[in-house]
Amino acid sequence: MANTSGRVIGVNGNMVSVQFDSAISKNEVGYIRVGDVRLKGEVIRINKDVASLQVFEMTNGVSVGDLVEFTHEMLSVELGPGLLQQIYDGLQNPLPELASQCGFFLQRGVYLDPIPNQDWEFTPVVKVGDVVRPADTLGTVPEGLFTHQIMVPFTLAETDWKVVSINAQGTYNVRDTIAVLEDLKGNKRELTMVFTWPVKKAISCYEERLRPDETLVTKIRIIDTFLPVAKGGTYCTPGPFGAGKTVLQHMTSRNADVDIVIIAACGERAGEVVEVLKEFPELTDPKTGRSLMERTIIICNTSSMPVASREASVYTAVTMAEYYRQMGLNVLLLADSTSRWAQAMREMSGRLEEIPGEEAFPAYLESRIAEFYERAGKVRLKDGRIGSVTIGGTVSPAGGNFEEPVTQATLKVVGAFHGLSRERSDARKYPAIDPLGSWSKYTGVIPGKKVEFARSILFRGSEINQMMKVVGEEGTSVNDYITYQKGELVDACYLQQNSFDPIDSSVSIERQRYTFTLLFKILSGIYDLEDKKQVRSFFNTVRQKFLDWNNIEYKSERFFQIETELENLYKGKMTSFDPDAEKLM
Amino acid sequence: MQKVYSKIESIVGNVITVRANGVSNSDLAIVTSPNSQSYANVIKLDGDLVSLQVFSGAQGISTGDQVRFLGVPMRVSYSENLLGRVFDGTGTPRDKGPALSENMIDIGGPAVNPAKRIIPRNMIRTGIPMIDVFNTLVESQKLPIFSVSGEPYNELLARIAMQAEVDLIVLGGMGLKYDDYLFFKDTLENSGAMSRTIMFVHTASDPTVECMLVPDLALAVAERFALDGKKVLVLLTDMTNFADSMKEMAITMDQVPSNRGYPGDLYSSLASRYEKAVDFEGAGSLTILAVTTMPGDDVTHPVPDNTGYITEGQYYLKGGRIEPFGSLSRLKQQVNKDTRDDHRALMDGMIKLYASYRESLEKKSMGFMMTEWDDKLLKYGRLFESKLMDLSVNIALEQALDLGWEILSECFEPNETGLKSDLILSRWPKKSAD
Ligand SMILES: Nc1ncnc2c1ncn2[C@@H]1O[C@H](COP(=O)(O)OP(=O)(O)O)[C@@H](O)[C@H]1O
Ligand SMILES: [Mg+2]
Repeated sequence: MANTSGRVIGVNGNMVSVQFDSAISKNEVGYIRVGDVRLKGEVIRINKDVASLQVFEMTNGVSVGDLVEFTHEMLSVELGPGLLQQIYDGLQNPLPELASQCGFFLQRGVYLDPIPNQDWEFTPVVKVGDVVRPADTLGTVPEGLFTHQIMVPFTLAETDWKVVSINAQGTYNVRDTIAVLEDLKGNKRELTMVFTWPVKKAISCYEERLRPDETLVTKIRIIDTFLPVAKGGTYCTPGPFGAGKTVLQHMTSRNADVDIVIIAACGERAGEVVEVLKEFPELTDPKTGRSLMERTIIICNTSSMPVASREASVYTAVTMAEYYRQMGLNVLLLADSTSRWAQAMREMSGRLEEIPGEEAFPAYLESRIAEFYERAGKVRLKDGRIGSVTIGGTVSPAGGNFEEPVTQATLKVVGAFHGLSRERSDARKYPAIDPLGSWSKYTGVIPGKKVEFARSILFRGSEINQMMKVVGEEGTSVNDYITYQKGELVDACYLQQNSFDPIDSSVSIERQRYTFTLLFKILSGIYDLEDKKQVRSFFNTVRQKFLDWNNIEYKSERFFQIETELENLYKGKMTSFDPDAEKLM
Repeated sequence: MQKVYSKIESIVGNVITVRANGVSNSDLAIVTSPNSQSYANVIKLDGDLVSLQVFSGAQGISTGDQVRFLGVPMRVSYSENLLGRVFDGTGTPRDKGPALSENMIDIGGPAVNPAKRIIPRNMIRTGIPMIDVFNTLVESQKLPIFSVSGEPYNELLARIAMQAEVDLIVLGGMGLKYDDYLFFKDTLENSGAMSRTIMFVHTASDPTVECMLVPDLALAVAERFALDGKKVLVLLTDMTNFADSMKEMAITMDQVPSNRGYPGDLYSSLASRYEKAVDFEGAGSLTILAVTTMPGDDVTHPVPDNTGYITEGQYYLKGGRIEPFGSLSRLKQQVNKDTRDDHRALMDGMIKLYASYRESLEKKSMGFMMTEWDDKLLKYGRLFESKLMDLSVNIALEQALDLGWEILSECFEPNETGLKSDLILSRWPKKSAD
């Protein structure tokens, strides 16, 4: 196809109107020539012979009459070995390489090869004459911890392709031709280890979608025990600023029991990404003994980077997640914050002068959010293996009020809701997930009935607390007061977890089961305590011990000592177990 | 290139349109009236129709005025000669000194590549316990003071600036009351800091458009000094005025407002300024302390709300004190692990107890019987407020920590504090033998 070109006829912020001469398509990429730089943009509306180009860069200096070159390619990312450990911006520009080329500042119009030009040890798994289809494996290369499959590009037509040639085992550059395929009509395709995929389209080369029925362990007690997440599931974390969304995601990205973590830092602080950048290479993944960075990809389009590429960044991230899922891996995508992505859509919609919906968000906000989370899922691949993409997104509601369009649209589509509360974070009760208002549709690692029992104590305890605010402590019975103290105990010793304590910051499932068992026994106890003063002092002592216990290395000598002390402590005041709870033991 | 256009098509708010060719987005122009002159910059292009915002306001501009495009974007001079000087929102001197035109640099430049950033590592000591102990300020942090009008926010800003050990102070004043401008000037002069200060001041009586330019001017200059190895502290007061001038412009341009009249890009606009805060590896740093007044004491108002999502915490000024709730330094954990072993635990523990104190206080105000525990908390709260929260307190971090333990031991038994046993063992003040 001949190159289509056009001329700038208007500029409004990062929205540029372009008059073009021959056919172009929606979502295709165009470049504006400004002096000797080319600014990348995406066509997001076509009206007769005028295209609206959303430009991924600052548009100062753009003039009417500037030349625009259209590429006939949709906004895409490169997929292939070498994605792991990379730090990209929202358009998959590698930031460290950009830094070594341009220095401290981002320079507009510089677009580098996303996938590093490096050699890989290739082992073919097909031979000449074999028939393959998109997403079938042609060969493998070892990428760090994983066997990276070099697949037939998903972009090829879904028909039979015959392998005309395939390279022998050996070392090849990622962009060398490694195979040639031919379809029935005799069309030939030369393939390298890299191909591109349009980010806004879900990759669906799998056999079927499965129910997300396996817990994704985060090592955060309140989540794994009370509000679990599932592999292939979705969850959201709304909360006002400072409530702990980012810290929670960072903890999750370190500890989550998955193969690959993709962090999409979308429109928030650059400083927070830097912590990940600098710390991950130094941290070892306890599961593999390798550096955490080896299983991580970072998409970093922070708040002062161009808004349009912020909009693209979540799609860039999820496309890479889907790509690794095709290799039978479990991938976790953490997006912080989806509200910034929604706001980017809002800015664009405003410049297009679309009819605004609630709070000026576009009418399609809900469907875009739903489409995005729908890209999560546990799937069975054609060769029978299972892979998953789990998506966790933070939401930053205006004024911390969950009754706003982005939170509401997200709650409609996710499988778990971890709502952070300002009250809890103000009182330094971290993670500040509201245990009563949040919910999860997934199954956790501790028997549901026991969890229900603990939760009912939390509920009852909070009710009593509310009541005490009306009738005072003096108007509360000793029994109610005990229940209230039990609720506080669950909160202080189990729900709260110190992210900055070397031991308490990540708690294995085994340890969660172990400590929960003892906590459950303490909660089930019926105690012989005379007055509220005794109750308070008893629970203070138990709490103190329990907290000390949480901070001791699991199954160390001291750990068992404190356990015994705790056992003696509660049994000393206990008359019997609650019969209902005893049945669950 | 420097063609003069003399047919202004429309004048709405502070925005004029003129038909012209060969003009680039963001370019600067000079609008000349019979008896005045003003800068303006291009904010929109539509065919040959060019929209410009006029810095001094469009008041008095007539359709016959002349518009001359300069072919460059807005710039500011950068050199040592800026030190000790005061400018307005267009970079024109406010003091008696000469106009500067050497070494012009762009304003509103590109963002720092995140891959080039480093983890902040230096505490800035202020002598204010509510900051040093509970919400430590860190070099390269961006932090606003959230305040109700009438609170001494500018005094607090000035006090921190005077006490912080920095090489250079850049003050950006937006909608500043003239008295406040004089207050800053006097304070800086009296302390001898004026010679290492640069001021860009827009006062309440100056044109609105100039208000919008102040942060960009201040930050562009500060960034260059930081690149040249200086530790720079930028003070921006009041960012709510900046946001309000953006709102005014957005409404003029018929943009659909997203929340209480503010434009949908309020977040991005604030972020692109605040994110200028940085610690350059191998060079200097840029720290931003700002003031955000909260209309109606409402943190959920769009300006403080969007700000809180951008900045690395906030100091919440209320009743003449920095409130423990709502106040937050997100960078504190980068530095408080290396100050003293009890710093973190004490910080968390004391705030948890202070939260309980507030509950007891509420119960008391509702007329409930106070238990022994409530009485302990009430005593604790009173001591906490008078000995640590009061803004007149000026002590070193270590002293403040010791004082914290003293207050705790005066009020509680060790196991009532929720602090770890080993810390209590090593830090709990020994009761004197009498
Ligand atoms: N789990 C936690 N443990 C201890 N402190 C926390 C925890 N979560 C948050 N914090 C504190 O709260 C601050 C804000 O948390 P952050 O995750 O950045 O909030 P958000 O992303 O919701 O705005 C952190 O800098 C830290 O001081
Ligand atoms: Mg955050």
